Amino acid sequence: MDFTLNADQEALQEAVRKLCEGRFPMERVRSLADQGGVDRGLWKELADAGVFSLRLREADGGAGLGMAEAVLVFEELGRALVPGPLVWTHLAAGLVPGAADGERVVGGIDREVEPLVVEYLDAIDVVLAVDDDGLWEVDKARPSARAVRPIDPLTPVHVASGLLRGERRAMPAAAGRWRLEGAVLTAALLLGIAGAVTERSVAYAKERQQFDRPIGSFQAIKHLLADMFVLTEVARSAVYAAGVNLDDPSLGAQARAVSGAKLLAGEAAVTNAKSAVQVHGGMGYTWEVDVHLYLKRAWVLDTAFGPVAYHADAMGALLRG
Amino acid sequence: MDLRWSAEDEAFRVELRSWLQTALPKLAPPPPREDWKGRRDRDTAWQRMLFDGGYAGINWPRQYGGRGASLSEQLVFYEEITNAGAPNVGVNFVGLLHAGPTLIAEATPEQQARHLPKILRGDEVWCQGFSEPVAGSDLAALRTRAARDGDDYVISGQKIWTSYAQVADYCELLVRTDPDAPKHRGITWLVLPMDTPGVEVRPLRTVLGSSEFSELFLDGVRVPVANRVGPENDGWRVAMVTFNFERGTSLVPEMVEARRLLDDLVAVARRVAPHDDGTWREIGHAAAELDALWNLVKRTVSEAARTGMPGVGGSVVKLYYSELRQRIGDLSLRVLDRAALSLDDVYEGSGKFGEERLRTMALTIAAGSSQIQRNIIGERILGLPKG
Repeated sequence: MDFTLNADQEALQEAVRKLCEGRFPMERVRSLADQGGVDRGLWKELADAGVFSLRLREADGGAGLGMAEAVLVFEELGRALVPGPLVWTHLAAGLVPGAADGERVVGGIDREVEPLVVEYLDAIDVVLAVDDDGLWEVDKARPSARAVRPIDPLTPVHVASGLLRGERRAMPAAAGRWRLEGAVLTAALLLGIAGAVTERSVAYAKERQQFDRPIGSFQAIKHLLADMFVLTEVARSAVYAAGVNLDDPSLGAQARAVSGAKLLAGEAAVTNAKSAVQVHGGMGYTWEVDVHLYLKRAWVLDTAFGPVAYHADAMGALLRG
Repeated sequence: MDLRWSAEDEAFRVELRSWLQTALPKLAPPPPREDWKGRRDRDTAWQRMLFDGGYAGINWPRQYGGRGASLSEQLVFYEEITNAGAPNVGVNFVGLLHAGPTLIAEATPEQQARHLPKILRGDEVWCQGFSEPVAGSDLAALRTRAARDGDDYVISGQKIWTSYAQVADYCELLVRTDPDAPKHRGITWLVLPMDTPGVEVRPLRTVLGSSEFSELFLDGVRVPVANRVGPENDGWRVAMVTFNFERGTSLVPEMVEARRLLDDLVAVARRVAPHDDGTWREIGHAAAELDALWNLVKRTVSEAARTGMPGVGGSVVKLYYSELRQRIGDLSLRVLDRAALSLDDVYEGSGKFGEERLRTMALTIAAGSSQIQRNIIGERILGLPKG
């Protein structure tokens, strides 16, 4: 038992962080709103860095890594607020040709969740739908969908009136696994957000002066920041553990580990992003300061692969027996 | 990241389990709560059994007679003894987890030889004389005065929240030896024999109606200078060594117990609220938090094993654990509804939850309140300026 990152995992984390800092500075992330959330060149760079293929076998062009590593990568993507259907394209690698190498952008939706609000529809090449019967590739030309104003400017959305079943891509068991992995990767994005807004708020509280001192010296602010840190670390423990659990079935209850991770990461991201707005005061309410973008993304991601209440119910059901 | 127990850990678990199976039945049943002599006898008898079995001082270095277990073995140890229903440290709490580790870190070989073996064997019970009526969260404001008189310190003052004082042989005592120095620099750490003339113990009644805590009145108490641990006026630093231990793995048995408590709550909810989806959502949420906390402990312990220091991560665990356990307590009272009006069983298993909820009110106050933990996290981890 050694629940710390090994040297390879630290190096991977560091490399993805550097990539995000270099290629996805906040000005560029913001500019992606004009391109439906996805820039093909940048998407290809993510693919080249292995973001989508890292769990494929080396013989299939991947890095042969596991969910434990994927979680670290997605945490960094979340921290940098990289937009686009990252989770769906990652999950589709090896299943949908062109997904792994970034040639085709793959998005998707859980068809059991009404209303059918599809993310990034204009930017994606392939629409997948998961339901209790399996995984399906939906004809992108067919859904009748109308564009609606998104709450997150970086996550454009359409409302679909219905989705035809399309071509089967996987059986129900694989769809179940898809949902587990999707929930954990989304949890990792949320964890990245929870940590990023904490760091930004701490930095701001050290800098911003009121009553002739940094606002971070006031316990009202300090304790809020401490709580943000604690929520992040608790969520981090759950998310990393869920990644490790999915790689090693012998550790036991995978569904329980995944639900715990998704619900705690969702809560940490939303709660911390709200606190971040509060710590930033009036500036936190402006478009110019970035914290609202984290909050909006947290809300979006919380709904993906089951919101907090869904996973709390799932945990409860496991215990109720 | 590896969450599998090593072969050594698993072997240790097997060996410990089989030892517990033979040892535990030999232990007398717990006496009534207020039978302090009986409680001391039972807790120290258990400590002696641990000693004879080679498990005493699980976290103490081998050279001081401890088991010198790895941190992961310590987790296994606490998991197994708690799940087997064995006593936790009880009246040996201060000796094993506070005073003993401090003596190991700071005392002279003579002082160590005098006390450590007896603590390990259950022959010596310790209490802690730190807090005072005027010095709670601001512990360094303590006023109990110790004046040098030849080879003795002469001590007068008052301590409070002294656990197990009525059955303790020794007290780890913080006193003010230099009233003119800045408050952190005039404090000294002493070993006080509890049978010294001038020591008076007055038990306090807690919200539970129990008397774990006492007030300690000290009136002209003479303690030999030879009982000082560390240099004079350096007691604050000496005491902080203890706190690092307090925030390391010492909460683990409680956490294992909290998992069992949640299992008990699940059993009650199956009976009284099987179809109440709101209740099950809350239980599910609490289970997620407990799982995550356990994994946070594993992370903290793994990091400590790597760096060799318990570190401030323990504050995160302490803060989250104590508040979570209270939330679980609140939830259990809601599930029990009117059955929560009694501390006795209204139906099988219902009585324990009220007592549990009352007892755990102390968790967010003792050993550094939740507000102090937030200050520590804010200042020492996040680097925020002091107020």
